[in-house]
This record gives sequence, C-alpha cells and structure tokens, in this order.
Amino acid sequence: MSLDKPYLDVPGTIIFDAEQSRKGYHLNQFCMSLMKAPNRERFKADEVAYLNEWPMTDEQKQAVLARDLNRCMAAGGNIYFLAKIGATDGKSFQQMAGSMTGMTEDEYRAMMLAGGRSAQGNRVVGEDGDAQAHHQPQGQAGRQGTN
Amino acid sequence: MAKITASVFTSHVPAIGAAIDLGKTTEPYWQPLFKGYEYSKQWMKGNKPDVIILVFNDHATAFSLEMIPTFAIGTAESYQPADEGWGPRPVPVVRGHPELAAHIAQSVIQQDFDLTIVNKMDVDHGLTVPLSLMCGQPEAWPCPVIPFAVNVVQYPVPSGQRCFNLGKAIRKAVESFDEDLNVHIWGTGGMSHQLQGARAGLINREWDNAWLDQMIADPAACAATPHIDYVREAGSEGIELVMWLIARGAMSDVPYDATDLEAARAHSVEVKHRFYHVPASNTAVGHLILENT
Repeated sequence: MSLDKPYLDVPGTIIFDAEQSRKGYHLNQFCMSLMKAPNRERFKADEVAYLNEWPMTDEQKQAVLARDLNRCMAAGGNIYFLAKIGATDGKSFQQMAGSMTGMTEDEYRAMMLAGGRSAQGNRVVGEDGDAQAHHQPQGQAGRQGTN
Repeated sequence: MAKITASVFTSHVPAIGAAIDLGKTTEPYWQPLFKGYEYSKQWMKGNKPDVIILVFNDHATAFSLEMIPTFAIGTAESYQPADEGWGPRPVPVVRGHPELAAHIAQSVIQQDFDLTIVNKMDVDHGLTVPLSLMCGQPEAWPCPVIPFAVNVVQYPVPSGQRCFNLGKAIRKAVESFDEDLNVHIWGTGGMSHQLQGARAGLINREWDNAWLDQMIADPAACAATPHIDYVREAGSEGIELVMWLIARGAMSDVPYDATDLEAARAHSVEVKHRFYHVPASNTAVGHLILENT
C-alpha cells in the first residue's frame, strides 16, 4: 500500500516530507551553516567556492546562486532553512516569500496589507485562483524577468 | 502540588521580534498589532506564573536535518537566544526549570509519549517572540521557562489529536509534581500563513476565526482536524496551529478520559482575551488567553 500524501494537489506548494528532505539534505545543511557569522562572511566572499564545499547537486548550487527559492524548494530545500540565505543577504521573511510569487516587493506587501491571498480558487490544483500554475507569474517582477 | 492555571496562545512571527528589538512598535504598520497585546502584558503582571511550559517549533535552529525529534523537552538550566542568520535577538537568557522538566519527561514518557530530552540548545524566535509579546523588554524574563519543541517542519508532523492528548499527559505530569507551583502552558506559532511558492501570502481570516471558536468551545472536535485542512485552508505553515492543541489539552476542562462526563462537567475555562490581526509580515496573528476556573 502506498503512503498517504493528500498534500500533492495543493497549488504552488511543496510539502517538505521525508522524500523532499532526503533530496535536499546537503542543500539544507549548507543553509544551516549560515547561522555562524564567520561562515556567512566566507560565503559572501566567494559563493561558488563555499558552495563547492558541500556535496550539493549542480541544480541546487545554481538555484542558490540565482537566489531562486522556488528552484531551491523543488530541489529539496525547505523555507525555514532557506531563510538563512535571505538573512545572510539582509532580507526579511516577507521579501523572501514575496520573491517566490513573481510579484515585486511592493506588490506583495500591498497584497498582505489588503488582507493577504485568498484561499478561494487556491485550495486544489485546477481551480482558478491566483496561485494556480496558469496564472504565473503574478506580478511585475516575473513579467520583467527580474525574479 | 503544581497546577496549570492558564494557557496563552500566540503567533510567533520573527518580524514581530525585529519590530520590538528595533523600536518600531508604534509605527503605523505595527501599532494595531501591539495594541492587541497591551491587555496581555498587564494580565501577565497580575498573573505571574512560577514556570511557563512554552510549546513552540524550532525553525531549523537547534535541530537541523541531522536529528528531527517530533517532541523535545528542554531540561537545561538555561538557553541562549539563537543566531538565526541575523545575529541573536537582544533578549535575556532563558532560565529553565530542570526539576519540573525532568519530572514531566519521566511522567509523559511513561504515559507512552516519546519525548527527546534536550540538555543543550539555543532557542529561536519561536520561543523568544511570545515572551517578548507577553513580557515586553525586561532585564530578565519573569520566571523560568520549559521549552517544549514540536516538529512542524518536516512531514509527517504530529496530528492535532496526538498534540491534544499530549497536553492531557503534560497536565497529569504537572499535577504529580510535589512542589506548589503555578504553571502556565503556552501554545505558540500558527494562524494562516504560507511562506513558500506561488501560493505565498495565503490568509484565511474566516477559517482562522472558526478554528479559534472551535478550539475554545469544543477542543476535542478541533483536535480531529486533519493536516490537509490546515494546508488547504490556512497555508502550508498554518500547520503550526497543531501546537496550540497541546496547551489546550492541558486545560482542566479537558477530561483525561473523554468518556468521563462528570470530570468534563466539573471544570470550565474562561476566555480572558482574544485578538486577531492581519498582517504581520506574511501571516495572520492570533492570540488568546484562557484561565481555568
């Protein structure tokens, strides 16, 4: 009997389960290393050299260098771990989360101030909400290709 | 005999900690949120516990992917604020209560809940932001704190039902501690939020408030909420709400044996304060204070 994973049809969402965790082990452990100030300095001084100290896949390294958190998540990253990269860059959680939507920082902040994203249409893949794949990218950042 | 007299529930958003530390609490963005905690700070002063059992989740801070305990209880003398990448928060060191913590570990494990016993760990915003919200910026925290960490980062995470039952076991443990102690149990984290992907920023005000209504009035039914409902309705990180059910299960109106109707009728809880606000950074903020009557 297969494992029960009812969360696979939630749009725009990757649940960090044991399978993702196995895939992302070294990526996430690299993120953990950024909790030490000397490591943050070494990473900032030479990102590629620092990443090469970790047995990560090329895709994981490229995703980190591009600061593309969606790619990082697909490669097994978890947002609580990936937040350490944002902290190293001096970014807030809001800036990090917003960067994954294709919206500019201002667009995302405005959405949150207006009460956030509605669950309507965003509960199951195939509905018509703004988080559905056919509505990406959502904002100016994505359309300008700067995300 | 030690006794749990009250439970406190609150979100523990990191940006709230940053707003406090950087002196931004009166800015227009933050002012409505902190106003919701003014009563709470006064209440804390008038209802100072001897010990707080603080249920929170570690955000990939003390526990990396090297070890992922589902439930972990801190039995140390003290805990340092963690460096989560921004440097440690400028808040007091957290004093523990090793004797009560060790007693709870012994009792709860004997009630068939596996706890990981932790004698050394740093504590992140999950633990320190609730203390700041309830106590302000004191020189020292008002009482010892027992950190109780729950894995809600890597699935599978414990069910609401298991958390609720764990709360009952914690109450039983506390009540078998010989010293007279006034104990609070806090459930932290949660309310609508999703920090990831194209769905980031999901907020479901109606669902959050209906969940709160049910958690107060019919916690046993609330505990039956399956994980997938939290994810679909309150966002992927809304799953943190299961931790509130540990504190709720520890209140005296929840009978240890659900079929014991006499016990169920003998106690009730009083809602001292309830607050809800959107947004704080990416999330909705919920807050509740319950007292045993």
